[in-house]
Amino acid sequence: MTDIPKGPVTGMPKGPGLPGSADAPRDPGLSGIADAVVAPTRRRSFQLVWVIPIVAVLVGGWLAVKSVLDKGPTITITFKTAEGLEAGKTKIKYKNIDIGEVTSIGFTQDLSHVVVTAELKKGAEPHLVEDVRFWIVKPRITGGQVSGIGTLFSGSYIEFDRGKSTTRRKDFEGVEVAPIVTGDVQGRQFVIQGKDLGSHDPGTPVFFRRIQVGKVATSELNQDGTGVTIKIFVESPYDKFVNPNTRFWDVGGIDITADSAGVKINTESLLSIMLGGIAFGTPADSPDAQPAEENTVFSLFADRALAMKRPDREVVPFSVVFMESLRGLSAGAPVEFQGIPLGEVKSISAEYDMEGGVFRFPIELVLYPDRVAKMFKPGAKRARDAGLTMPQIFDHLIERGLRARLKTGNLLTGQMFVALEMVPDADKAKADWTKTPPELPTTPGGLQQLQHVLASFAKKLDTMPVDKIGLELRQALQSMNKMLQSTDLLVRRLDNELAPKARETLEESRKAMQAAERTLAADAPLQQDAREALRQLGRASQSLRLLADYIERHPEALIQGKKSGRQ
Amino acid sequence: MTIMTAADAGLMVCHACGLLSRPAAAAHDLTCARCGTGLHGRKQDSISRCWAFLIAAYVLYVPANVLPVMETGSLFGSQRDTIMSGVVYLWTSGSWPLALIIFIASIMVPGAKLLALTVLLISVQRRPAWRPHDLGKLYRIVELVGRWSMVDIYVAAILAALVQFQALATIKAGPGAVAFGAVVVLTMFAAESFDPRLIWDPVKEERESDD
Repeated sequence: MTDIPKGPVTGMPKGPGLPGSADAPRDPGLSGIADAVVAPTRRRSFQLVWVIPIVAVLVGGWLAVKSVLDKGPTITITFKTAEGLEAGKTKIKYKNIDIGEVTSIGFTQDLSHVVVTAELKKGAEPHLVEDVRFWIVKPRITGGQVSGIGTLFSGSYIEFDRGKSTTRRKDFEGVEVAPIVTGDVQGRQFVIQGKDLGSHDPGTPVFFRRIQVGKVATSELNQDGTGVTIKIFVESPYDKFVNPNTRFWDVGGIDITADSAGVKINTESLLSIMLGGIAFGTPADSPDAQPAEENTVFSLFADRALAMKRPDREVVPFSVVFMESLRGLSAGAPVEFQGIPLGEVKSISAEYDMEGGVFRFPIELVLYPDRVAKMFKPGAKRARDAGLTMPQIFDHLIERGLRARLKTGNLLTGQMFVALEMVPDADKAKADWTKTPPELPTTPGGLQQLQHVLASFAKKLDTMPVDKIGLELRQALQSMNKMLQSTDLLVRRLDNELAPKARETLEESRKAMQAAERTLAADAPLQQDAREALRQLGRASQSLRLLADYIERHPEALIQGKKSGRQ
Repeated sequence: MTIMTAADAGLMVCHACGLLSRPAAAAHDLTCARCGTGLHGRKQDSISRCWAFLIAAYVLYVPANVLPVMETGSLFGSQRDTIMSGVVYLWTSGSWPLALIIFIASIMVPGAKLLALTVLLISVQRRPAWRPHDLGKLYRIVELVGRWSMVDIYVAAILAALVQFQALATIKAGPGAVAFGAVVVLTMFAAESFDPRLIWDPVKEERESDD
């Protein structure tokens, strides 16, 4: 049977003498076997089954190419510790979107740090610049906010923050503490120099008109230890309110000041009471200015009042010497000129005057004459304009009675201040310009003056010859007593000798008065006669007037006499 | 002993209904007299089809093992696991039996199946009648074991359907699952398209030539 197909058979066996051919002798045992039906079908020249491996190769190849193309840059990040990191699991995120994954974690050569190797997604290269930051996100609870709580369950991840540089790099140093301000927040950073940190830890708020507009980004001690440098970040659009004239001040906690002006309690907000903070503002009268450049350096004032104080351009130091108690006076106390704050007390010292045997308390003041100068109305006459120098002006004023004097500003707290006042009847005094700083004459304060007056009165009282006065007074009283006795005698004699006669005289005079009364009564003859006489006199004067009239009209009658029938 | 085969008798069996037919003289384009299925002495294009499926399976075997089969997302983060990472996880966490089962069912068996089919094909093509009994046993094992490789896919599919709690937990089948499923199906197709009679065809020839 050589006609059996050899090798691989992919179809029906073919060849001459094929057993299945119609002309082959039929096996009698297989007579019932049905004949196959010939039905021509279209033969495919190409076997469709090969599409499958082609598709598979295409898909596989595409996946392979894609994985190669999608392969992003590999970077290394150095951290102090790999706490919470896991190779193959820990993600690198930006704005909470995965941008990569930690592939391995190892040590640096000296075992001081861990090196995290991570593979980032494709397209990350352009963002891998010098100042990008990586930090491990952990749960963080600060006074103002809570963050990273999600990592309690999901495990830590590495957060990425973009940078602004253009220099690319692949190896980075991780930031240990999550930065407060990330690169995607618009705004500007400013540098503030303060005396101490106070409560300005990173993350504490920055206020402008009591609106939180930014945060403290970093705070660190100066290299030389003389202060702290606080970097704050003011978010856009508020950053434009910071200009070179802007002042920054501390608003941490509650600011209670009790001075000669009274008690003041100041606070920015509830948040700042707990957290502290920095506020800024621009004095209203400062000239308009362009917004400050990034990283402009400002200084930090202790409070708003200090920050907003006008800058005093002209500073004149003086000293005054008081002999009285300085209780209630402290450095920083105001110096007022007729109630206008003109300066402040710089320091207080004490010295002992050997000759006089008294303590003297020289006090150094600084005066800002500008403050008074600013209050002059424009066009008002000013001594300065007349070409007078500062000593001349002061000499002039002192001649007119300008004196320094301690005054109580606040009865409640007993705070004192130094008042410069015009004392009209002051003793002659002069400023001592030879000293540095020059010394101004003083006059005792109100209470002190009263004490002086009382003391001098008491002294005078003391020198009075009270004994002698008493003796003389007694003598005087004795003589006066005698005098009174003699007066008494005299009175008695008068009583005895003069009184009866006086009574008679009085009787006589009463009679005279009665007679006069009778004479002057209404029905007295004298009265009636007088009335009649007066009547006669009236008639006579009437006739005389008629005559005068007639003569006036007929003056000729004087010569010719009265003509009858003519009136 | 001589074994009489249908081919020896010049007959063909319908693959669909099993009717034994006598090929017509034309010997081309025959159909079964009963059900109308095309008649072939051996499975049509058995070896080339088998190769096609096998190559496709080989190609997809790579992504099946490299790409994640399951993406687990939960409140606590998300995770993408390949078959191998799952095995490693189970192994390191101490579940050795489970790790072994998954390793055998999901990595070894499909790989072994691919290799077995390759051996079968090559030996049938290149070395006729090379250890036919062993090859026959190999084929039986391949046939038997085929569908059990789908365990992984079943697990992934069931979990993906069941665990859908949005933010709390979600399980999705990864691209690797598709590739893996494709590998298993393709090897099944390959095993299906392989005609085991090809192992024996040369045997008879040899035996007869021995006579």
